[in-house]
Amino acid sequence: MNEESKHVCMEEASEEELLARLDEVIAEYKDKPGALIPVLQIAQAMFGYLPESALKKISLGLNKPYSEVAGVVTFYSFFSTQPRGKHMIRVCLGTACYVRGGKQVLSAIRDKLHIDVGETTKDKMFSLEVARCFGACGLAPAIMVDNDVHQRVKPARIQAILDQYLDKNIETNK
Amino acid sequence: MPKLTIDGIPVEVPDGTTIIQAAKQAGVKIPTLCYLEEVQAIGACRVCVVEVEGARTLVASCVAPVAEGMKIHTHSKRAREARKTVVELLLSDHDGDCQICVRNEDCELQDLARTLGIKEVRYQGEKSKRIVDESTPAVVRDTSKCVLCRRCITVCNEVQGVGGLFPQNRGFETVIGPAFCSDLDDVVCVQCGQCGAVCPVGAIVERDQISDVFSALDDPTKTVVVQTAPAIRAALGECFGLPPGTLVTGKMVTALRRLGFHAVFDTNFAADLCIMEEGTELLTRLKKKLVDGEDIALPMFTSCSPGWIKFLEHFYPDMIPNVSTCKSPQQMFGAIAKTYYAKKIGKKPEDIVVVSIMPCTAKKYEHQRPEMNSSGVRDVDYVLTTRELGRMIKQAGIDFVNLPDDKQDSPLGLSTGAADIFANTGGVMEAAIRTVYEIVTGRELPFDGLHVTPIEGLEGIKEASLKLEQCVPEWAFLEGATVNIAVAHGLGNARALIERVRSGEKTYHFIEIMTCPGGCIGGGGQPRFTDNSVRLARIQAIYKEDEGKQLRKSHVNPDIQKLYEEFLGHPNSEVSHHLLHTHYHARTKV
Repeated sequence: MNEESKHVCMEEASEEELLARLDEVIAEYKDKPGALIPVLQIAQAMFGYLPESALKKISLGLNKPYSEVAGVVTFYSFFSTQPRGKHMIRVCLGTACYVRGGKQVLSAIRDKLHIDVGETTKDKMFSLEVARCFGACGLAPAIMVDNDVHQRVKPARIQAILDQYLDKNIETNK
Repeated sequence: MPKLTIDGIPVEVPDGTTIIQAAKQAGVKIPTLCYLEEVQAIGACRVCVVEVEGARTLVASCVAPVAEGMKIHTHSKRAREARKTVVELLLSDHDGDCQICVRNEDCELQDLARTLGIKEVRYQGEKSKRIVDESTPAVVRDTSKCVLCRRCITVCNEVQGVGGLFPQNRGFETVIGPAFCSDLDDVVCVQCGQCGAVCPVGAIVERDQISDVFSALDDPTKTVVVQTAPAIRAALGECFGLPPGTLVTGKMVTALRRLGFHAVFDTNFAADLCIMEEGTELLTRLKKKLVDGEDIALPMFTSCSPGWIKFLEHFYPDMIPNVSTCKSPQQMFGAIAKTYYAKKIGKKPEDIVVVSIMPCTAKKYEHQRPEMNSSGVRDVDYVLTTRELGRMIKQAGIDFVNLPDDKQDSPLGLSTGAADIFANTGGVMEAAIRTVYEIVTGRELPFDGLHVTPIEGLEGIKEASLKLEQCVPEWAFLEGATVNIAVAHGLGNARALIERVRSGEKTYHFIEIMTCPGGCIGGGGQPRFTDNSVRLARIQAIYKEDEGKQLRKSHVNPDIQKLYEEFLGHPNSEVSHHLLHTHYHARTKV
């Protein structure tokens, strides 16, 4: 289990509770060098996105200018300041995935979900982002759904992949 | 000590020297854009690339260290062409409306294009998004002119320790600006304008108020008076090609008169007034603490520098009680001009327009603070920077360099040498000490030339101690006391000094803070380009002005004495408190 998933939220937690938990994370990382990115990752895993209240807390807690925190958040496509769906789909458009059909995969997902990059489905189940290389170039084209990497994806397989997550959802809702 | 040749010229330099520094020593000028000597060397713009024999690629000379036996060619065909391409690419994404840009003929990119002989831009393509930020009274940002050199970021973060600016987004979308491309007014910006002072192009400039001032001068119903800050006289000449440190006090007065101002006064007058108020406030605080046993905030900080005030309000709001309640000289002047002077000439305050000439962009913000209307109307109406005054004089067709000298008008124009030195780091403190020491001991400050030498110069944080002996009866409780003083300039240094105070590492009684490196002579509104040699030249000029005066202590200014007799009563009187003192507000840190 990686650092991030350790902090994945229970959606029932209120923002106040989450912010209190973020304080603990900040306290843990405060004096470590290069703390900003890991703390942002954890915060995003907790909240599902990076709300302003969390970012300001991180800025104050890590003693980093808010402009710098925002600079890092806006630099990496991984970070989002908008609330997102239950499942995050990232389509790799790094060089290897791009030449092996990543773009077609992306447009198949767009068509299936009727959303564009950066958007979330109406039922709040899926959000779509583009990524730059997961390090799975040998098995391109790749996409990630939440923390799972799906390799050698073909447009025809998209529905099946998405269904797995819909099924999971039904199970957890039982 | 590596030996190398640069364009065939042999040089020997210490280990770790960069190629560009070695070239400077060899008398070879390498073009640069993002490089800022003593402040930033990041190899971002690639304009300074040079060819090193045997190296596979060109190297950025601002970051590449020299090595033994290097043979460097700064202007080989390959280097020249690469440099030209870099600048052409920058120009292809630059809003190049030079003729109507405020930086026309004062622009490093324009200068580079000219120096490199660029006659066409071979690249056409998409332009970056244009964001114009006019949210602050002090500066205007225009991202379509930005070359992403990051000088402003380094100054804002590392020199000033404010952190208002940072690159946002990525790649072609990159914008240099506040968090999430918000407005400067919504973030911790202290409006010091140091970003604009180092900007090589017109991406960050002062908010221009020249036409407002011309309109006021054209309005027959208004009496328009002008005040000039102490630092203007040592720098204005640079706008007209005179070397840094040329004193142009007399010409400046003549130019202002010819521009049509009805009275030419001096912020220095108000600086003397400020010393009377602030010195008295310090002594009152010491008395309350030592004699009355009151819980009064010490050390006391100076309050003349509006960028510093905003910095403290954002980052150390709990220390607001430590700041002197005295308004800055600019605002004291405005309040006195629209009350005391207005009465003298039989005008209503609303019929008087006060224009300030300041080395500072934060002064444009300060005069708009809601507290600054003690006369019943806004005490100061317009603030022009030194650069704007230079442009205004040119627009009026005045041949500045050949002007005769003139003197400021009475009753708000006479000042002492103590007021002059408000212009540079250590000056406000020295001026205060000259007066406070004499009040307490009845004797003149026993230092050579009245100078407190440990707090002069460009050291970031300076300190001194002063023993008070043989005090006059009224101040006998200070007998034998040692007063510890400290001075910091540049907000990064101010932050370090405050942390020392907060940690209890040091105990001071009185601390002077100036927002800009070098003090006001290095302000964000001064002629470009200000480096340490320019700062020192201006400081020398200011001390020369001080030493040339008959009167060099604020309390001996006869017009100040008259002002107290006729109007204010005594320092820190009720009238003084109403007109000359203010209060501050806590602000958010992010």
